[in-house]
Amino acid sequence: MAKLNLNVNGVTKAVDVDPSMPLLWVLRETLGMTGTKYSCGIAQCGACTVHLDGQPIRSCVLPVSAVSESTKITTIEGLSEDLSHPVQKAWAQLDVPQCGYCQPGMMMAAAGLLNNKPNATDADIDREVTNICRCGTFQRVREGIHLAQDIMKSTKA
Amino acid sequence: MKSSIHMTRRRFVLGSLSAGAGLSLGVLPALELSAGHHGGDVLDEVNAWVTIGSDDSVTIRIARSEMGQGTLTGLAQLVAEELECDWEKVTWSFPTPGDNLKRKRIWGSFSTGGSQGVRSSQQYVREGGAAARMMLVAEAADQWGVPAASCRVEKGVIYHDPTKRSLRYGEVAAVASRQAVPTEVALKDPADWTIAGQPLKRLDTLEKLDGSLIYGADIQLPEMLVASIVDCPVMGGSLKGFDDTKALKMPGVKAVVPVKTQTGTDGVAVVGTSWWHANEALKQLNIEWDLGPNAQMNDASITALLESGLDASEAFNGNWEGDVESALSDAVTRVEAIYKVPAQNHAPMEPMNATARYTSERCEVWCPTQNGEAALAAASEASGLPIEQCEVYKTILGGGFGRRGAADYVHQVVAIAMQFPGTPIKLQWSREEDQMHGFYHPTTMAKMRGSLDEAGNLTGLHMRISGQSIIAGLMPQRLVNGADFVTFQGVVKGGLNPGMDDHQMCYSIPNLKVDHAMRNPAVRPGFWRGVNVNQNAIYLECFMDELAHKAGRDPLEFRLALLKDKPKAAAVLQAVADKGAWGTEDGLGRGLAVLYAFGSYVAACAEVTVTDGELKMHRIVAATDCGTAVNPQQIAAQVEGSFVYGLSAALLSQITFDSGVVQEKNFDRYPSMRIKDMPKVETIVMPSGGVYGGVGEPTIAVAAPAVLNAIFAATGQRVRTLPVARQLASA
Ligand code: FES
Ligand code: FES
Repeated sequence: MAKLNLNVNGVTKAVDVDPSMPLLWVLRETLGMTGTKYSCGIAQCGACTVHLDGQPIRSCVLPVSAVSESTKITTIEGLSEDLSHPVQKAWAQLDVPQCGYCQPGMMMAAAGLLNNKPNATDADIDREVTNICRCGTFQRVREGIHLAQDIMKSTKA
Repeated sequence: MKSSIHMTRRRFVLGSLSAGAGLSLGVLPALELSAGHHGGDVLDEVNAWVTIGSDDSVTIRIARSEMGQGTLTGLAQLVAEELECDWEKVTWSFPTPGDNLKRKRIWGSFSTGGSQGVRSSQQYVREGGAAARMMLVAEAADQWGVPAASCRVEKGVIYHDPTKRSLRYGEVAAVASRQAVPTEVALKDPADWTIAGQPLKRLDTLEKLDGSLIYGADIQLPEMLVASIVDCPVMGGSLKGFDDTKALKMPGVKAVVPVKTQTGTDGVAVVGTSWWHANEALKQLNIEWDLGPNAQMNDASITALLESGLDASEAFNGNWEGDVESALSDAVTRVEAIYKVPAQNHAPMEPMNATARYTSERCEVWCPTQNGEAALAAASEASGLPIEQCEVYKTILGGGFGRRGAADYVHQVVAIAMQFPGTPIKLQWSREEDQMHGFYHPTTMAKMRGSLDEAGNLTGLHMRISGQSIIAGLMPQRLVNGADFVTFQGVVKGGLNPGMDDHQMCYSIPNLKVDHAMRNPAVRPGFWRGVNVNQNAIYLECFMDELAHKAGRDPLEFRLALLKDKPKAAAVLQAVADKGAWGTEDGLGRGLAVLYAFGSYVAACAEVTVTDGELKMHRIVAATDCGTAVNPQQIAAQVEGSFVYGLSAALLSQITFDSGVVQEKNFDRYPSMRIKDMPKVETIVMPSGGVYGGVGEPTIAVAAPAVLNAIFAATGQRVRTLPVARQLASA
């Protein structure tokens, strides 16, 4: 076991955990933040996507010991305080989720893409949003990313 | 007698959610009741379907399960339409299966499958909404001393125009249940609908956007322990022994317990405070299995079994006209082809799970299930407690697709919880467990034979299906003299079997035979979204395409000629051909398919290109005539989504066996479509009125044959053994 400090959604959390435990399970079980989902456990599906310093990663295969105290972890619960992130707004407007289980990961992947590429093209989306959604929401996810871009632009202007 | 149910409007999220909870609308009313959380507003029940708060908030009870298909919203729209309340004030709750039992099944069936969620309950939920409205109006009329017939309602406000008086629903709801329950209610004409029939947003979206929705996998109860399980990797095998020395030393591990259930599962679970450690500990057990009678099964043995049925003399008849053998021997041109569709797993994104708390007096289960009543029965059976002492609290499902109609995981979790009386146990399957212990889409083959005359008309068709029967595997009591009529979905003769008339063959063919040689390998079959229309549509619609090409005729015109007796089928086909630019010479390969299933007429036109063996699906135009459309934008979502599910199966994935063991244990070997694979889907909703046809399942059937036919148009290559995978030739 190891005592670690994690910066989750802007709050420092002290945890005492097995350092080899994946970040996903520290979030879900040690911290009780169940928004981030388990689905495959082998970095295939993206349901467990969170941001480390704004970059999307798959937390099911990342040992918690690899996350430094200064790294800012953002989970779906911290994407915004009030559903105001452009991705959340776009998702609500287009009614993107079906069962919704993949959507925390999908939205974190989309938000991560927009952090890196505010003008992401369809080709960028194809390359960088590789999450699995068995309900098949992809058409609306794509529209949602483009709508989120528009929302980002109009709020900046 | 007045019954009122107390609960908080803001459904409370139990557990230690440290973030996001501020936004939460939560989930589980029953869960909070069971945990002793009361307070907030008192919501008064007008009747079983409708509860209205003093602030006019309307809670509509939804008996069916929500797994993404939108039934929750659709059913609420139907109730709200008749209730004439303000849609902005509508929220929902799940009644529990235990309450349903106590109240003599007042909410009807909880089963959610077969695209029946709206279809089989629309009548009584609308009546429930209308009855509640009539009681609210009667209460206001009584208070005013005027006849109810002189009052009217608009958006949850009751008006008596002659005296210019009004009362809000929230002002009379608390006492409205003392009014007589109407014995006759008149329902609105769908032409006058303002809430139902509209493309409204779903009621369950916002809580899916910030991680606050609690799925079964997310349940946290005080003192709860978590478990991971492995069941015998070969179906029908059993546990011989294990060594728990190493496992018990792992962090948080409390116990290693054998888990044998009445459903035939036999395995071992690790219970602890951390699921990841419990799951890791499973790998340290050196488990010994008796693999049982199916340890020799592999793909070759399954294929050989299926092939033995292709020409067998014994088969069950599902459809016939004229004399197909004479037509085939008289034919100017005979066409023959053999197709094969493999087994598939449901693989919803949320792997199977359930939570249970057992004491000698009571057994409670929290779980995502498509059938709350079956889960309740399973809790009772597994615990040995009378059903009245059991309860099930449903969550929203992280996908179901048919898998969660089964209750195997409920049996397992109760078996574990009985070894820890009073302590809640959450059993979470790993993805590997979910892949290896499915209820798989049945595997079948078909031998198709057709005859054409000189003019290229189809004179005869024989469709021989050989393979697995779901009904034989899961509910043999429903076989009719040994036959499984569900096998014939989409191709069955009208009037042959009362339950199957929503699945009749659309084509009129003078000499026809559709029959089934049942061949059941030792693979547990299940109802998988679309059920048997997936393979039947591939067999029939790809072969129709083959026949049209052999006849030198346009596949659209060839089909339309055979659809003369089914104008609604012809209409959806023509609609997709028109919008899909059928006949255009622009370098895209186009393919068509049409089917009648689940009471809906559906068709698709796919556009593809194939470059160096790589398939690119550009666009699929889909049309559905589901009779009455309750929410057109949700229908479009179901069409888009079902195409991903059906095409993932047809193009990418399959379940194979080696030595009785499933080989595709995770998404690395069981691929699913991703956004890069997604064609643009354009959905035409063209309801012709009257019936309520299915939505979640029928359209899935036409995507695969339309794409396969488009591949042929683009390349001249027929793929008859699925999935397509790497079979496309690079030019
Ligand atoms: S759960 Fe991490 S990628 Fe699937
Ligand atoms: S919305 Fe259900 S898996 Fe994506």
